[in-house]
Amino acid sequence: MSEIRIPAPLGLLAELTHRCPLGCPYCSNPLALEPRKDELSAADWARVFKEAAALGVLQVHLSGGEPASRRDLPEIVAGARDANLYSNLITSAVGLNGAALARLADAGLDHVQVSIQDSEQDSADTIAGYKGAFERKRALAADVVKLGLPLTINVVVHRANISHVVPMVEMALALGASRVEIAHVQYYGWALKNRAALMPSREQVEQAVREVETLRAQHRGHIVIDAVVPDYYARYPKPCVGGWGRRSLNVTPSGKVLPCHAAESIPGLEFWNVREHALADIWLRSPAFNAFRGTEWMAEPCRSCERRDHDFGGCRCQAFLIAGDARQADPVCHLSPHHRLVEQLAAVREDAPYVYRR
Amino acid sequence: MSDTPQSISDDARPRLPRGVRLTHNEAQGGWVLLAPERVFKADQVTAEILKRCTGEATVFDIVDDLSKAFADAPRERIHADVVKLLGGLAEKRLLDLG
Repeated sequence: MSEIRIPAPLGLLAELTHRCPLGCPYCSNPLALEPRKDELSAADWARVFKEAAALGVLQVHLSGGEPASRRDLPEIVAGARDANLYSNLITSAVGLNGAALARLADAGLDHVQVSIQDSEQDSADTIAGYKGAFERKRALAADVVKLGLPLTINVVVHRANISHVVPMVEMALALGASRVEIAHVQYYGWALKNRAALMPSREQVEQAVREVETLRAQHRGHIVIDAVVPDYYARYPKPCVGGWGRRSLNVTPSGKVLPCHAAESIPGLEFWNVREHALADIWLRSPAFNAFRGTEWMAEPCRSCERRDHDFGGCRCQAFLIAGDARQADPVCHLSPHHRLVEQLAAVREDAPYVYRR
Repeated sequence: MSDTPQSISDDARPRLPRGVRLTHNEAQGGWVLLAPERVFKADQVTAEILKRCTGEATVFDIVDDLSKAFADAPRERIHADVVKLLGGLAEKRLLDLG
């Protein structure tokens, strides 16, 4: 076996809690949520952040669930600042207000990403499963800008809102965002329950891609638009998490360290916990992180593919979910022997009511 | 998409906005620019330019200062490098031109 050089990770996704007031049908958190009593304390997080920085991590993404469900969020943000990490709050905005946000800014918060479900109030609140969410999000976005923090607006797109890409970007501009993410639903966790109700058609996707191109040219220098072609309609897979165990790690509310946030959906992987192991040990030596590092684990067509060091065979979770084996090529790749399964899944589209996450 | 950089005047006073910062990190092998959900590795020249983007010095001052620090590089070359870098960053919303 050839020796694998293990690079230093750049980013850490800190899932502070799985609690969340919204009920989004595309929630990507696992089906089994971790209970509040098992959550790491702010002191635990401060230690994890110090260990992460020593390992080379530069940015911490404070996520969830809704991170503002944690009353000690300012203390957690201060822990990131004390470790000299760049901190990014990923929030639904529900549970936060201007005063709470100011405390986070004082604690050293660097950037805020606010998710908005659509460019229209009724549709946005329906998708979030929370009446009044849209107005609260807009209000918090304004507070972010007022405090002088950089703002990203994140919109998850799917069949019900994909035709609103233009007003979504205009809304982000009007709110003062410097960046907008047009993120297609990823079908993991809870989102799988609603796949048929969320799946856009190829025509919808292609139109959205064209609109994004036009918007980018139109608003160049004013707003950065990050958007990618959704998995199920791509020719090649995404380089999922920048390659397994290469760039990032994910810590769950109870302290389990995962190579990606959906990794627990792959059976047989052994995850280590920050309560029992130093983060550097977990990164370098835990079985889960080493399971799909390098290229030795790959099957054909990945093994001899010229793109294997570019997309790393795509997403391991998706390979398991669709091809039934995490060592297979991500079936969204047109070279995968299981690719027709993806085409069949994308063809199943029905306007069924959402199964909300409650 | 065209690659024409945004034009930058010699009087502009460039500054890294809140949420964008230059930092040195041994484990990542040197200077890095941290920005919203992005990390850019900065080579030595880039780092020297960005360190001078304080919001006080003008582009003219920065080029002047760099010309002294890198005496063997022609001033026009330094000016071109500075304008190219700052224009690219401003377009990505990672720099205020003041």
